[in-house]
Amino acid sequence: MSFTVPSHLESELDEITTHYPVKRSASLMFLHALQEHFGYVSKDAVEWTARKLGLQPINVYELVTFYPMFRQEPLGKTHVKVCRTLSCALQGSGELRERFCSKLGLDPHAHAPQTTPDGKFTVEFVECLASCGTAPVVLVNEELHHKVSSADADAILQKGKAA
Amino acid sequence: MPEQFKLITKHIDELGYTPDIACYLRHGGYAGLKKALATPVRELAEGKKLSPQEVVREDVKASGLRGRGGAGFSAGLKWSFVDRRSGKPIYLICNADESEPGTFKDRQIIHKDPHQLVEGMIISCWANDVKLAYIYIRGEMPEGARLLNQALKEARENGFLGKNILGTGFDLEIHVHRGAGAYICGEETGLIESLEGKRAYPRIKPPYFPAVLGLYMCPTIVNNVETLCHVTHIVNMGAAEYAKLGTPNNTGTRIVSLSGDVMRPGYYEIQVGKVTLGELIHDANFGGGLRPGRTLKAIIPGGSSSKVLKAGEVFKLNRKGADGQMAKVDVPLLDLPYDFDSLQQAGTMSGSSAVIVLDDSRSMVETLGNLSEFYAHESCGQCTPCREGALWLAKATHRLAHGEGRKADADYLSHIAQNIQGRTICAFGEAASWPVLSFVKKFRDEFEAKGAADEAARAQGAGPVHGVKMAASPNHH
Repeated sequence: MSFTVPSHLESELDEITTHYPVKRSASLMFLHALQEHFGYVSKDAVEWTARKLGLQPINVYELVTFYPMFRQEPLGKTHVKVCRTLSCALQGSGELRERFCSKLGLDPHAHAPQTTPDGKFTVEFVECLASCGTAPVVLVNEELHHKVSSADADAILQKGKAA
Repeated sequence: MPEQFKLITKHIDELGYTPDIACYLRHGGYAGLKKALATPVRELAEGKKLSPQEVVREDVKASGLRGRGGAGFSAGLKWSFVDRRSGKPIYLICNADESEPGTFKDRQIIHKDPHQLVEGMIISCWANDVKLAYIYIRGEMPEGARLLNQALKEARENGFLGKNILGTGFDLEIHVHRGAGAYICGEETGLIESLEGKRAYPRIKPPYFPAVLGLYMCPTIVNNVETLCHVTHIVNMGAAEYAKLGTPNNTGTRIVSLSGDVMRPGYYEIQVGKVTLGELIHDANFGGGLRPGRTLKAIIPGGSSSKVLKAGEVFKLNRKGADGQMAKVDVPLLDLPYDFDSLQQAGTMSGSSAVIVLDDSRSMVETLGNLSEFYAHESCGQCTPCREGALWLAKATHRLAHGEGRKADADYLSHIAQNIQGRTICAFGEAASWPVLSFVKKFRDEFEAKGAADEAARAQGAGPVHGVKMAASPNHH
């Protein structure tokens, strides 16, 4: 399967590259855009980015392994990020994550991101999402949910199943 | 009764207030920029003249504004360190990587009043001869990034940004740059490395002071979101008027992020030092008190890295007496004014002004376990004491919280923490160590009792306990 970046995305990234006096600076923005489009950052995406920015692939790959938001394998269509850190933990985010996992047949004690076999959901514990006043919070794809109750969690799952 | 003082959050959460430029302009937006650009040359007594830009820089210094990101350093002094003779471009970066656990104030500005940040940035760039600036926003705020991009686009369309801003000949571009989930990017040199497209490994100082050798080895200013917003208000009000807000050496207002075991968690803007910790927690205008039947156990006063304060503690603070002489005065925990200096004198810090409240239902062992896991996850891995030590701290607190502790763990934890702090390139080493050192010091009985209980249980053949949870919460059923 050949790796093709659609031309509109490529020109968007070319424009972003002009924001920086040094092309390498655009690396993170490239990886975000490619992950958004392809669902994850593949080896091809790393090499393509390196070529576009005049870098060695290792210069890009070391970013993928350093920054927690980048993924090297496809994720579920609904990505549930439950905040693990203190203020959310105090409001029950541990139980919340267990609920998501048990309802989806995932290991409620595993810490790393887990994806359901049907590819519909990925559940992950993440560090502070900077909304501690409305704990517990859950980031579902790009939408932040506040004061998430068990009922809210079930609603998130319902919506994800229908997606 | 102490009240909020809404300067930065004046319109935030106001009914009908929207993040678009039309709304911002209707509420007097960009008047500060126009005023700044029209600043006249200032003649000083000794025949010296200050250029308009120098006037604004001096005013920011005179306002007493201290950085709202964590260190609380004078913003005006920070600007004054910029190397203006190198001939290299000067860059400004807005640190919008808000990631200190407990902190959620910049989120409000970015999402609900983005133009306020943009205006503050434009004024700050103009005052510092910056032609290219970035907003480094944390990756987990995609909506914030979109709103900022939209605000920048609108500012450009209205002539506030781009070439020849408002006909003054001043050119400026600002771009949004997204992080990707690493806490260390909040550290300014780590942020700079990240913006250069590298792993966010903090740089060693000296020689890499951003004011001299920052982004692309050029002079660089890194300011927090809230700090940059204050610049507009300093210009609008004048430095002297601004400095009347708050208390001496702790001027202006601050947005306090309040979370944990209070009835009304949220963000509250106060005049710095005019509200006490006790009022923040108990007053109806702020936290509204603890949950029914609960008593206060501890306060994490300035983000998760700050040293914990224990209920009932009394601190010796320097206060000016009636005779004008400085004297040591006993101040109980809840009477501590919430400001930079008082908390420092109490042995901790106001940091990012994030207050996390813990009541008597909480286990300090589990609480520290939660925090230590955060630091183990977020250590960038560059310095051995931090990379290894933060992990050891997490493992030791984890085993203590899960029934595998030892009585000696309290000493063990302090020993590791003492070997991290002061031995790393950046302040993350301290951030990981301070919670451990303060928790163990102030709640030693609880740590030792847990370790002793675990030892006793093991002697009777008990295994580890899995699935330890924080105490049940009020709004989670």
